[in-house]
Amino acid sequence: MHVESKIRTPLITGGKTLHDVSNDISRRVEDKPSVSWLIALGLSLIMLLVGGYAVYRTLWDGIGMWGLNKTVGWAWDITNFVWWVGIGHAGTLISAILLLFRQRWRMSINRAAEAMTIFAVICAAMFPLLHMGRLWVGFFWALPLPNTYGSLWVNFASPLLWDVFAISTYFSVSLVFWYIGLIPDFATIRDRAVKTGRTISASVYGALSFGWNGAAKTWSRYETVALVLAGLATPLVLSVHTIVSMDFATSVIPGWHTTIFPPYFVAGAIFSGFAMVLTLLIITRKVYNLEDYITIKHLELMNIVIIVTGSIVGIAYITELFIAWYSGVEYEQYAFYNRVTGPYWWAYFSMMACNVVSPQLFWFKKIRTNIAATFIISIVVNIGMWFERFVIIVTSLHRDYIPSSWGMFYPTMYDVGMYLFSFGFFFTAYLLFSKYFPVINMAEVKSILKPTGETKKN
Amino acid sequence: MEVWNVQNVTINMKKGNKTYWKGIEQLKNDKEFIKNAHNEFPEYLPIKGSSNNSRRDFLKMMGFGLSAATLASCEAPIKKAIPYVNKPVDIDASIPNYYASSYVSGSDYCSVLVKTREGRPIKIEANKLSKISGGGTSSQVEASVLSLYDKERLQNPFLNGKKSDWIEIDNYISENLDINSKSDKNNYIISNSTFSPSSQKVIEKFKAKHNFKHVQYDQVSYHGSLEANDKSFGIRKIPFYDFSKAKVIVSFDYDFLGSSINHTLFNNQFAKTRTVNSNKKTMSRLYSFESNLSLTGSNADYRIPIKSSEQVFYIASLYNLLAKKYGKTPIQFKNEIVDDKLSMIADDLINNFGSSIIVSSSNDEYVQIVINAINEILNNYNTTISFDTPYNLRSGNDYEFNKLIKDINNDNVGAVIFLNCNPIYDHAQGSIISNKINDIPLSISTSDRMDETASKVKVIAPDNHYLESWNDYEPIQGFFSFSQPTISKLFNTRQSQESLLKWSEDDSDYFDFMKSNWKKLSKSEGINTNFQIFWDQCLHDGFYELKDRKRFNLNSKISNLLKNVSFWIDQNYSLSNGNELVLYLNSSVGDGIQANNPWLQEMPDPISRVCWDNYLSISSKLANELNLQIGDMTTQKLLLKLDSGKEYLIPAIVQPGQAEGTVGLALGYGRKKSGVVGNNVGQDAYEMIEFLKGYQNLTIKNIQLSNSNEEYRIAQTQTHHTIMGRESVIQETTLKKYVKDPNSGQYQMKIYTSKGYKKPEDISLWKGHKYNNHHWGLAIDLNACTGCGSCTIACQAENNVPVVGKDEVLNRREMAWIRIDRYYSSDADVHDLKGLEKASENPDVTFQPMMCQHCNNAPCETVCPVAATTHSTEGLNQMTYNRCIGTRYCANNCPYKVRRFNWFKYHDNEQFDKNSSMNNDLGKMVLNPDVTVRSRGVMEKCSMCIQRIQEGKLRAKKENRRLKDGDINMVCESSCPSNAMIFGDMNDPKSKISKYLKIKRKEENKLQVNEERAYNVLDELKVSPNIWYMRKIRNKKES
Repeated sequence: MHVESKIRTPLITGGKTLHDVSNDISRRVEDKPSVSWLIALGLSLIMLLVGGYAVYRTLWDGIGMWGLNKTVGWAWDITNFVWWVGIGHAGTLISAILLLFRQRWRMSINRAAEAMTIFAVICAAMFPLLHMGRLWVGFFWALPLPNTYGSLWVNFASPLLWDVFAISTYFSVSLVFWYIGLIPDFATIRDRAVKTGRTISASVYGALSFGWNGAAKTWSRYETVALVLAGLATPLVLSVHTIVSMDFATSVIPGWHTTIFPPYFVAGAIFSGFAMVLTLLIITRKVYNLEDYITIKHLELMNIVIIVTGSIVGIAYITELFIAWYSGVEYEQYAFYNRVTGPYWWAYFSMMACNVVSPQLFWFKKIRTNIAATFIISIVVNIGMWFERFVIIVTSLHRDYIPSSWGMFYPTMYDVGMYLFSFGFFFTAYLLFSKYFPVINMAEVKSILKPTGETKKN
Repeated sequence: MEVWNVQNVTINMKKGNKTYWKGIEQLKNDKEFIKNAHNEFPEYLPIKGSSNNSRRDFLKMMGFGLSAATLASCEAPIKKAIPYVNKPVDIDASIPNYYASSYVSGSDYCSVLVKTREGRPIKIEANKLSKISGGGTSSQVEASVLSLYDKERLQNPFLNGKKSDWIEIDNYISENLDINSKSDKNNYIISNSTFSPSSQKVIEKFKAKHNFKHVQYDQVSYHGSLEANDKSFGIRKIPFYDFSKAKVIVSFDYDFLGSSINHTLFNNQFAKTRTVNSNKKTMSRLYSFESNLSLTGSNADYRIPIKSSEQVFYIASLYNLLAKKYGKTPIQFKNEIVDDKLSMIADDLINNFGSSIIVSSSNDEYVQIVINAINEILNNYNTTISFDTPYNLRSGNDYEFNKLIKDINNDNVGAVIFLNCNPIYDHAQGSIISNKINDIPLSISTSDRMDETASKVKVIAPDNHYLESWNDYEPIQGFFSFSQPTISKLFNTRQSQESLLKWSEDDSDYFDFMKSNWKKLSKSEGINTNFQIFWDQCLHDGFYELKDRKRFNLNSKISNLLKNVSFWIDQNYSLSNGNELVLYLNSSVGDGIQANNPWLQEMPDPISRVCWDNYLSISSKLANELNLQIGDMTTQKLLLKLDSGKEYLIPAIVQPGQAEGTVGLALGYGRKKSGVVGNNVGQDAYEMIEFLKGYQNLTIKNIQLSNSNEEYRIAQTQTHHTIMGRESVIQETTLKKYVKDPNSGQYQMKIYTSKGYKKPEDISLWKGHKYNNHHWGLAIDLNACTGCGSCTIACQAENNVPVVGKDEVLNRREMAWIRIDRYYSSDADVHDLKGLEKASENPDVTFQPMMCQHCNNAPCETVCPVAATTHSTEGLNQMTYNRCIGTRYCANNCPYKVRRFNWFKYHDNEQFDKNSSMNNDLGKMVLNPDVTVRSRGVMEKCSMCIQRIQEGKLRAKKENRRLKDGDINMVCESSCPSNAMIFGDMNDPKSKISKYLKIKRKEENKLQVNEERAYNVLDELKVSPNIWYMRKIRNKKES
């Protein structure tokens, strides 16, 4: 029998040549900063500054600047932490798991996604640090360092300590992975700078490229390292959010003490991570005219991941409700009854609408291939995911076992300020990255170009 | 030494060829000159001057003077603790000394022990030996130690508003008293009830000398009751009630568990009738008729909400029911009440003939006569109520005070002395005094602060604090009590008795005066031993009981008096449809004397859980009528219009149990001149008090209420009020059921396993902790706890718990280590989760003291990343502040929500200036040196008074013995007037707690509690707490 496979549509459109790729991507780095970029950077810096005031007051006066109280000991701080960690999942998933599954469409989006991961993880790590009552001792007492207090050691039974390990490991592996991927591209920019005689640029990117020489052996080593790191990073993608979820799952608080949390959190993390990648890339491809590299097909594939993970999350929500009823535990039942009908019902419904209902629109091909719709839904998803964490943390705590302690949580402007600070950092970092680093992995993209005879002619 | 030969010496001063002589003497070779020529100053110098002092003396004087002046000016700040060069005999650093003393504030009294460390009082403890106060304290007693270190206390006398000294004011006063003696105006000493025998003698002496009258008043008057007793039995005193002997108690608005005289003793007596165990399965039954939900009402088995103004009808109707049974003449009056509850009570009283108590808050002597009549019919006199040892605590006389006001109004007062009282604030006629006081030629106050009265008088002669004073008291006739200084005077103050002595031209010391009185008394008591031994024993114990007490011969004239009652009732009382305002004293700020004490201001009201405010408590029906919008810690202000035309804007809260047609408001707030903490907190209600035929009347009729729609934030430490049907938190049953089955009311969650149903504690992979030495535990009897809250202030004082202020309480960040949760019952079905949130109209109330449960499997311990909270080898959950990094995970994971986080730096921080025990040098003297003041960013919680455990262990070790049961008391336990808590070693089979809980050890590390009433809160979580609660039992008739 004769089987003829369909001709695959090219991943990169526009009939780009190898030289086109180098030009399109490197030019952004070499050009002078545009006005729009400067305005965006200015706005991000203002956010950073305004948020910085909230950070300063929190550090100077105490955690009391926030809206927390004796009943609700965590609210926006840990909500933001989990939210940012979740967002930080997409990058490594794209570069590691999709690499192992040989999903070559990942190549034009992995660089930006990984950068986003790194910045999101930094934003996430900010919150457990800043939420400590005594940061000045906490930032090193939380590490298992030898000390002069005799046999004083950290508590290995505490999920917060697991967090420290999980996040620091994830962060370092992601950083190395991302940086190694950048080396050949830095070398390209260096070579172009040498050619055009821009000496500062040449020396900076020369240093960054670690003396890359492009030899076959170097390439072979590069690919081996990438594969090894991908192997290392893959379990981390699953473990980080599993461990973050254990902050809640191992506790005794109804609404937190749930075995479904690890898979549900990982799915949620990928869900929000992909949404954030979409938000950022839709802007980047537009501003940098990268429509040929990041095509509608990329967006559609990511949207499909969003439908799948969004549906998993939706099933998890319904399962939680079912189990609360089925368990017969009155506290568990009340926790979920209160989540849906209590004073924070609006948070629950925002979460349901944003996370469960909105991604279902992607079943329609028209919607999932529509850039504007994708952009809006990607933002809606992340709003929903923020509410998910808020709902889990605050509505579980605010009415737990002893009714005398039940109470409400209201954020202060400093809670908002801390969140703003993380955004300020995130956007500043992303803007600097997109200007001074190649936003698309040139070396890898070149390997999936399919130059046809037609393009050769031109 | 070389001796000069001066004979024939000619000294020529030569310069060149010229010769100079020193003078004509030299030229002449004068004899005198030659004799002195070798001296430095040959001539006589007038150094000595006219006196006999030499130059040397001058230098000596100057040197001494200079160094003395230098030394005197060297008052360098002491930065280091330095050891004593000569250690005082009775002071060992870090070892506390205890002195028996007496708390007196206004007309209130309590027997106390004062704990001092290195010479400063830091804690007030209950005097367990004294019979007067029942071995407990109240929140105001506990807080009084902080009032000693109040920086608002006056530091010297004042004359005409300027700082002065004692000599000046003494001269001024004696001059003016002399001038005054020539006028024929009346002179007054005004004070609260005085029950100190020696002080009374001092006052008598002064009165005789200067022709003064002594007028006493009480913030809440007992005049009606006193007059009724005078008329009924010929004794103007409050009788001694023994609630422990009463099987049925009927209280008409009389809050004997919260704000009455000597309520610490009443709590103690009442609790004795409420505790049940396998040997004693009986309980008293308490009926309470009241308007506002009080502590008494919330501990009642039956609470009947009534309008305060209609109390009289219920009392008289009850009398008539009993009169019918015992063949006495009923009282004829309109509005007789026929009510099932009343007949039930009458039956109950008849069945318990001779062992009941009926009390009323009414200040109308006719009403009190009916109360006396009921008690007499039921034969309660000399069984539960006795005039053999009556109370001296209240002797205020409304009539005499009214005469004084008349005199003031008629400018007929020559001199007035306000003896430790503040009537301009705490008397309804205060405004009259305030307006007229400038016209009184001589006005003196002995107030300790520039209060509302003191700021208007000419002379302020500030009195000492009670902890700086000598005194004796006779709160109950025949029962004496002493006060001794525990610290030397902090300021330039003088004890008021000493001032009075001085002004009576008697220079003797008050201590000597008092001692000489006691010498006389000891002789009359037939003490043959050395007086000093007797005296030392008295001071050591803090009290003395007269050997022979006369029995009071009850000679009742009640039946004659009752004839006038009918007319009186019909004339003065009627049913009305309008709203009335019922004023009351609460358990925190009370009469307002200690309003500047932040511990009391931040103590939540036991019922409403509101702090830092007073408020109108209204029924939910009225709230609906007024369309009162109540949110989360927000409410609205109501416009209150009195009949007199006065208008007030006061915030309101909805109070379940508030009788319809009534509105409650606490006295003691709205101080204008108490100090930074107490000023302008709440609304002054004293000025609203009315007078009914000359009696102080706390029920103000015909008030108008309307909603001002002005929003107000009101601080509450508990905002959810029902138990939501959670039986593993609060378990309760009725006496009838308990007698049938001691396990009744038990809620035991069981888990199905392959081997059948099992208790959660029996299923574990882990064997649990092994406690080789001690295993501390605490048992709390929910039946004995009346919710008074004295433990919460005791804990605050003992453990240096900061005050955070109203704003932070609004942010739900109060720091209390022990709180008393108060739950209302709900009428809704257990499955109606929304309905359960709403309390009943007249709810059953349950109090539950809640502190760290010291779980054996503590959820907080596993989640701390740095192991700052750990399990001790003795079963305690310990908190290492130094290690804490403040992630707050432990607080989140605590099912009991008892952990408290230091959101800010509460010490040495201007923003928390109301936390006066940590923010000024004087206030800091109250801090317990055995307990760390926590820094910002760390978690804290109940430590089971680890410092007391440690102290007990060290004491036992020093005495080379094993720790005995009772060596260690938790502070909450020792302050509890109703003995609701028992702390001890659960590993020691002989300990009180082991016996109480009937503990048996099955295995080495598993203890079995066999007391049927005992349960752990949230038992099914298997955190296995070391705090055990005894199920609440209500004595309801129906089961």
